[in-house]
Amino acid sequence: MSLKKKKEVQEKAPKKPLIKRRKPNRSVWGDFFLYLFLAFVALVMAFPIIYAVNSALKPLDELFMFPPKIFAQNPTMDNFSDLFVTMGKSWVTFSRYLFNTVFITAVGTAGHLIVASMGAFVLAKYEFPGGQGFFKLVTVAMMFSGYVTAIPNYLILNALGWIDTYWAIVIPAFASPMGLFLMKQFMEGLPTSLIEAAKIDGANEWKVFAGIVMPNVKPAWMTLIIFSVQALWNNKAATFIYSEEKKTLVYALQQIQAGGIARTGQGAAVLVVLMIVPIAIFVFSESQILETMASSGLKD
Amino acid sequence: MKEYFSKYVTLRKHNLSVAWKKAKRSKMCYAFLAPYAILFTLFYILPVCTSIFFSFTYYNILESPRFIGLQNYISLILEDDIFLMAIKNTFMIAVITGPLGYIMSFLFAWLINELPRWVRSVAVVVFYAPSIAGNCYVIFSVFFRGDAYGYVNAFLMNLGIIDTPILWFINPTYMLPICMIVILWMSLGTGFLSFVAGLQGVDKSQFEAGYMDGIKNRWQELWYITLPNMKPMLMFGAVMSITQAFGVCDVTMALCGYPSTDYAARTVVTHLFDYGYSRFEMGYASAIATLLFLIMILCNKAIQSMLRRVGT
Repeated sequence: MSLKKKKEVQEKAPKKPLIKRRKPNRSVWGDFFLYLFLAFVALVMAFPIIYAVNSALKPLDELFMFPPKIFAQNPTMDNFSDLFVTMGKSWVTFSRYLFNTVFITAVGTAGHLIVASMGAFVLAKYEFPGGQGFFKLVTVAMMFSGYVTAIPNYLILNALGWIDTYWAIVIPAFASPMGLFLMKQFMEGLPTSLIEAAKIDGANEWKVFAGIVMPNVKPAWMTLIIFSVQALWNNKAATFIYSEEKKTLVYALQQIQAGGIARTGQGAAVLVVLMIVPIAIFVFSESQILETMASSGLKD
Repeated sequence: MKEYFSKYVTLRKHNLSVAWKKAKRSKMCYAFLAPYAILFTLFYILPVCTSIFFSFTYYNILESPRFIGLQNYISLILEDDIFLMAIKNTFMIAVITGPLGYIMSFLFAWLINELPRWVRSVAVVVFYAPSIAGNCYVIFSVFFRGDAYGYVNAFLMNLGIIDTPILWFINPTYMLPICMIVILWMSLGTGFLSFVAGLQGVDKSQFEAGYMDGIKNRWQELWYITLPNMKPMLMFGAVMSITQAFGVCDVTMALCGYPSTDYAARTVVTHLFDYGYSRFEMGYASAIATLLFLIMILCNKAIQSMLRRVGT
């Protein structure tokens, strides 16, 4: 009996008979080997992350032990406290770096959410000349990565005088095409009658948008938020910001990481600090994100 | 002929006036779209246009741009050996990791789809985590360390396959394959999420109809029912993985160094950074960016027209 089947028996037996649960055209051995394979792949995928977390918890003597152990024998938080000591000695304080990153991430994400939702609302629910064409352009913009526009972006930001300010990172983040695309696709699923009913009751467009549409697309908010946070939290922004006191946490942490073999433990701690925020947000909002992604298809 | 032409003009005029009237009535829509549209134009459309413009000039930021025609492209393709190497590497990475990552995304999304709910949630996190884990991929430099203490070296030496440690990230033979492994590890990204969500949305009654019609196993079910239902998500996933595959640079720069030995791990984007940010030859860098842009768009269009035929 396969593991999966056992689980199903344990879980579902009180509610439904087993036969109903199984799809009739599945072989038991096929299931067994497929899930064995899946479990193996999951282990391989998770291994580097597990290893990174364990390295961050290892004391110094275990880090350089040979043969190396995967799991920390005596887990400590020394690497993290060392990290704060190192950061504390730097000219710009840790809290300032943290503030920079949090500020950029929060403002960029909030602005992106509002601006993209407003655009997505009219694109999804109204027909007007140019709307379809504009949306096509946005989907084309998803087809090339930010590296293509990196250099002209620098020149444009320079012309605007935003180099070496937070705005150089925050404002371009508002216009990320992915957010508008997902929001528009999700809003198309909203019943039009909802909007019409509100209009008959005398609500103007802004009220419809802020009072009716936005509360109904909360799952899509989370999705926009995770994509935006992920991009901004990991933004080194080294090309746009020169002043040390405006640099981001990622930049500062990666400087520490580059400190060679003596900083191995702290480097691992840095990895953990950097990955924990996007993963935590994803874990807490997974079901909402999946709900949004269900409407992410590209139709033509 | 003249009559036809004048008729065509009247029709166009009429269409335009209708559109204009509609546009006047939907001022509100434009007001809503305006903030996004302005920013989008400023940071996505305008950069592409300026990039194309500068690619025909010599521009180093200090002097004003000087028009030199196709010279940048000619030197790129005919004289710049390193660029050709970068193109070759990028295509190697894209051709191998792009389709493989795409198939992996779909395969795993499809396999975990039948798991019980809570197992599926955990599995999605496990598979998706590498692609959002910041720069966690640098941990691979520990596994593939060049001395005998590196895990892979130690393992292979214990087995007796090699007798001296291999310098994985310094020896040009091994750089690209290892980068590909790392990229594959990170390739279950946005497309994967889209697949997971799309699979849950496939209509259950279609499967039941399938059992009646004699679909024998899961592979037939996949080909005849699931794939045709997933077409829009497949398109979306393809766009994501192509864009990612051609934009590789973080992984190679972090693992193999910048510049890497003999430029063996140089990609188009690394080349772009080199000329744009280190040498300030903006015209030349713009030509690289324009070529990259064309490659990405053409590839996307080609793959989309291919995917349109799935299941029909």
